[in-house]
Amino acid sequence: MSKDQFILAIETSCDETAAAILKNGQEVIANVVASQIESHKRFGGVVPEIASRHHVEQITMVLEETLKKANMDVSEMNAIAVTEGPGLVGALLVGVNAAKALAYANQIPLVGVHHIAGHIYANRIEKEFTFPLLALVVSGGHTELVLMQEHGSFEIIGETRDDAAGEAYDKVARTLGLPYPGGPEIDKLAQVGEETIDFPRAWLETGSFDFSFSGLKSAVINHLHNSKQRGEEQNNANIAASFQASVVDVLTEKTYQAAKEYGVKQVVLAGGVAANKGLRQRLTQKFSDANISLSIPPLWLCTDNAAMIAAAGSIAYEQGHRAAWDLNANPSLDLERYGSRAK
Amino acid sequence: MSILAIDTSNETLGVAIFDEHTNSTLIEYKENGKAKHSKRLMPAIDHLMKTVGLLPQDLTKIVVAKGPGSYTGVRIGLSTAKMMGWTLNIPVIGVSSLEALAFNGSNQSLKICPFFDARRGLVYTGLYETDQTGQMKLVKEEQNVLFADWLSQLKEEAEPIMFLSPDLDIHKEMIKEVLKEHAILPFEHFHKPSPALLAMIGKDRSVENIHQLTPNYLRLVEAEANWLAKQKEQNNE
Ligand SMILES: [Zn+2]
Repeated sequence: MSKDQFILAIETSCDETAAAILKNGQEVIANVVASQIESHKRFGGVVPEIASRHHVEQITMVLEETLKKANMDVSEMNAIAVTEGPGLVGALLVGVNAAKALAYANQIPLVGVHHIAGHIYANRIEKEFTFPLLALVVSGGHTELVLMQEHGSFEIIGETRDDAAGEAYDKVARTLGLPYPGGPEIDKLAQVGEETIDFPRAWLETGSFDFSFSGLKSAVINHLHNSKQRGEEQNNANIAASFQASVVDVLTEKTYQAAKEYGVKQVVLAGGVAANKGLRQRLTQKFSDANISLSIPPLWLCTDNAAMIAAAGSIAYEQGHRAAWDLNANPSLDLERYGSRAK
Repeated sequence: MSILAIDTSNETLGVAIFDEHTNSTLIEYKENGKAKHSKRLMPAIDHLMKTVGLLPQDLTKIVVAKGPGSYTGVRIGLSTAKMMGWTLNIPVIGVSSLEALAFNGSNQSLKICPFFDARRGLVYTGLYETDQTGQMKLVKEEQNVLFADWLSQLKEEAEPIMFLSPDLDIHKEMIKEVLKEHAILPFEHFHKPSPALLAMIGKDRSVENIHQLTPNYLRLVEAEANWLAKQKEQNNE
């Protein structure tokens, strides 16, 4: 029997200071997330400098708790994995430098991980991948369809041309006067509302797997503006339901079409918006009779965490990727280029 | 018995290794310029350690410059020092970057004003003097202040003051204008902080809790300052 592989991962790309230990790429031994959301709420969004300050205050405590929970020592790890990008540069830098220090002090290998690769690999914690695989990545900063022919290879076959889906959620939430973070609030409202307004769906050219949400966002804002001018009563729940229906429709349809066209065996949902109930329901429905297996991560794996970074790091380590001591944070790290980087 | 000293808080990247047995610096590395500290720090540590034939577990203490300075730079140093210290289970000592710079002028019977430019006419600064034991003593608290206001305070001291700063060029004329013959400005070399001195300053300091070691920013985040001001306003209403 081959020896077990242990990866210790660190994630600090936005406003969560996180560390985790994963066994053989799939078994979570410990997972610790120190969320800063309470600190940023008063500003109505993440303040990058404040996020960075929290990370440097939290980082050693988060590591200590992780190792305590795992009842393990850093020296038992095969490698340290860390999010090198994309994300907030100041926030990333804390994790990257902490990871380098940890790897150097213990003289163990260091592996850089792409944050979105992490979100995709969160799904492998629950179920082994079968290729070709298609990932629908939806978050505050990303909306893309990623095709994977094998482990560690990523091809973006569709992406947003303007706003990310999560961004549209945040802006609409703000217009409706909902508290930060707005995405989950809209989802909640949409569950009790009805689709009474026919908001546009941006299908773009035939055959395109790209997305566009800025038109939808404007349509919602215009609708609110017009009905206010006419002195009509707002039904926030119905607006939320109608907006969400439009987003979910496009995401689900395009994912389904792409899955068919590329003949994939598995579809996975990834990113913060993967927690959205409406999206989870529609995807489950759509793929229920298709001959394609659908993976939807549990809620705790949808938000940023380090277990997913360890999951992606496990494969990168397996494939021989090693970061040098000059590893830097890269706030705009490209997923395809990351996938085809040299070892 | 070796101390690792790290300074990435300002433009100069500094790393030194100090040997406690012989009470001397084994090796010191200083690099000036704007290239990324995050890329260069760990290779520099690795190189120095190899050069003197040390392994990470040979380290007994880490001293780190905790700011003020570039927020990002300070955090690069602190993340590295805290994590290394924590995993090696050795103490980490944070030293003010201003105090470390002030040591470049120690053993002078002069008051010393180290400062870093903080843009928009502001500086991070404090006023130090060497006490009888050779340690630096704060005469005026470290602060983030308009340099013009600070200089008029220093003028009232009515005695010679040595200015030390990597950003001296930006403020030189104003210093001479306000302090006149009381402005002491040494050679260029003395305006860059020395990691070897940093190790010396920190070597006998009492140990702090690693988790609690935080940067010496000397300034609130703007969003937070605005928020606090607004809270205060509302409370007064
Ligand atoms: Zn994320």
